[in-house]
Amino acid sequence: MSVRHALLALLSEGPKYGLQLRQEFEARTGEVWPLNVGQVYTTVGRLERDGLVESDDAEEPGPQKGFRITEAGRAELADWLATPPSDQVPPRDELVIKVLVALRVPGVNVAGILQAHRRHLIETMHRYTRLKQDAAENDIGLLLVADAEIFRLEAIVRWLDAADVRLRHLPPVEPGPVAAPMHQVRR
Amino acid sequence: MTPVLEMRDVTKVYGSGEAEVHALTGIDLVVRAGEMVALMGPSGSGKSTLLTIAGSLEQPTTGTVVVEGRPLSEMSRSEQARMRRRHIGYVFQDFNLLPGLTAVENIALPLELDGTRAKVAAAAARRTLGQVGLAEQAGRFPDELSGGQRQRVAIARALVGQRRLLLADEPSGALDTKTGETVIRLLRSACKDGAAAVLATHDAQLAAWADRVVFIRDGVAVDQTTPPSGPESLLAES
Repeated sequence: MSVRHALLALLSEGPKYGLQLRQEFEARTGEVWPLNVGQVYTTVGRLERDGLVESDDAEEPGPQKGFRITEAGRAELADWLATPPSDQVPPRDELVIKVLVALRVPGVNVAGILQAHRRHLIETMHRYTRLKQDAAENDIGLLLVADAEIFRLEAIVRWLDAADVRLRHLPPVEPGPVAAPMHQVRR
Repeated sequence: MTPVLEMRDVTKVYGSGEAEVHALTGIDLVVRAGEMVALMGPSGSGKSTLLTIAGSLEQPTTGTVVVEGRPLSEMSRSEQARMRRRHIGYVFQDFNLLPGLTAVENIALPLELDGTRAKVAAAAARRTLGQVGLAEQAGRFPDELSGGQRQRVAIARALVGQRRLLLADEPSGALDTKTGETVIRLLRSACKDGAAAVLATHDAQLAAWADRVVFIRDGVAVDQTTPPSGPESLLAES
């Protein structure tokens, strides 16, 4: 999540005060990502240093200090919106690692491990669904953020389900190293 | 509060001897008015069998099923049929709408079968169609409706009258997210009005709308979620 670009986006609508930036950021993201006021000032300070934002010079730093976006800031924002997020390298997924490890640990009930994670994920999905359920239909920021989290969590549940099916159709795995030794690979 | 549905140690066995299949084993499930419970599990896990037994469409091999305080085993077949028509609403994945009847006629049918006068049944059906947002489509036949509209007609048919127990098998089927959400919101709103709902699904998104999710595996309830503590806790954690 780029707080830097989110603040530029808010300033692209017109000049704003620091406190206002924080309130609007939280309102637009459905209050799912709280932001402290210190983060706002640090980030907006860096934006100013980089020439992407200008402030009312006369004012001391504080809630009443106003900021506005520069032309360079608008160009940076447009670039960022069109740049795909970095998903080139698969992240090291802790859950995948846990399941792979569980397969090799003697006496571990892997289906039980999968179920514990499934339950936890669905409980979290429950809470995002509640947020969505209680949201007004025009609270588009909150609805989009809740949808995004629900889809992300659902994908993990689907992976757990797929893992479950694969494991059920396999003979029990012998405990041992995860990678096969070279002489076995050659054979 | 008396549970709307109470299943105690329910077992269902098909076949015998070597061909014996244990579809359900030792199921305990209590669903109260206002509550929505999702049954989640892979295909063949026993979710649909559990629904058909809860809805008295099938008998358990052993165990008891009590609907609205009345054990189904103590009811005659005709009493069970009356219970199904009056108090239980079913939503099936393939909708099961009768092709020769219009939307409003499909919805009025269970009331008419129960002896309600055609005019009164049609008026109730129109009201329920309005609730699901399809007042304009009352005179259309199922093949003149979209998938999402057909599903809403099926839900209206399950809701019409004084239904206390709603049983839904993969109610959002192949619907897109927004339409699936409309369907589940309708079921939730029926629960808010005092019904109890049980839905069988393998879809985590849909299950997340329920108050509680019971996980079924090989006919056994292996786990369940604890009810959500509310959005506040979620905000505090992030």
